[in-house]
Amino acid sequence: MMSPAHYLFLSLALFIIGCIGVITRRNVIVVLMSIELILNAVNINLVLFSRIFGDAAGQVFALFIIADAAAEAAVGLGIIIAFFRNRETVLADEMDLLKW
Amino acid sequence: MLDSILFYFFAGVAVLSAALMVTRRNAIHSAVFLITTLLATAGIFLQLRAEFLFIAQIILYVGGIMVLFIFVIMLVRLDVALHHIRFRLQRFVALIVALTLGGYISAILFWARKLPGQGLFIQGAAPAEKLSPNSEKLAESLFSGYLLPFEIASVLLLVAMVGAVVMAKNKKGAGES
Repeated sequence: MMSPAHYLFLSLALFIIGCIGVITRRNVIVVLMSIELILNAVNINLVLFSRIFGDAAGQVFALFIIADAAAEAAVGLGIIIAFFRNRETVLADEMDLLKW
Repeated sequence: MLDSILFYFFAGVAVLSAALMVTRRNAIHSAVFLITTLLATAGIFLQLRAEFLFIAQIILYVGGIMVLFIFVIMLVRLDVALHHIRFRLQRFVALIVALTLGGYISAILFWARKLPGQGLFIQGAAPAEKLSPNSEKLAESLFSGYLLPFEIASVLLLVAMVGAVVMAKNKKGAGES
């Protein structure tokens, strides 16, 4: 097994790339995909520490995170479809109904 | 040796395709690169001897969630979005956030290594041959210690399913029929 630092920095890199995606992308679907990337980066950490401490709790938590990601994707994409039906756009900066 | 080759291969694929996912303009390309990242992460899970999560990642994430994403991308008209210019200001903000976050967490990790007795960079993981079967351990923990969260997660999934159906439902069509 590699040293834990390798995995931590891999997770950090994926997390930061996900954050950059959330901030810079205008397409809401890609923003949701970036959030999936962030959740995945966290999963790497959980599995790594589960392996180090020999405790399955970390993997249980990672499983819960995957379930949450599925729920979040389903609801988020439902909202996007409903919004697209009303406004004909999926761009974040055109969602300005509450802005004046 | 084999371990480090595998790790660098999977990590390289994961980071590279994650970067490509964020920078591609076409949403379908982004989705495909995200799938590559998720598969590479599944490889990392396998290397960490989390076999059950390896399979769950491939079946749930790649087979379930990403198919849903691609389905929605195809449902929604995106060709307008391709020709828009992205924000300069937001790139600047993203740069600041990335540098701050990266510098901060890296500093914490480097410090934690130097502190005596602080167990962040533990080397004492059990060798792979001595691990008990992964799925068995996971199931035992999930169904004894985490039974209530497990049931709550199933309720959450049910709520999300109903919510997604309700929100994506065409209200006009429902009223007419």
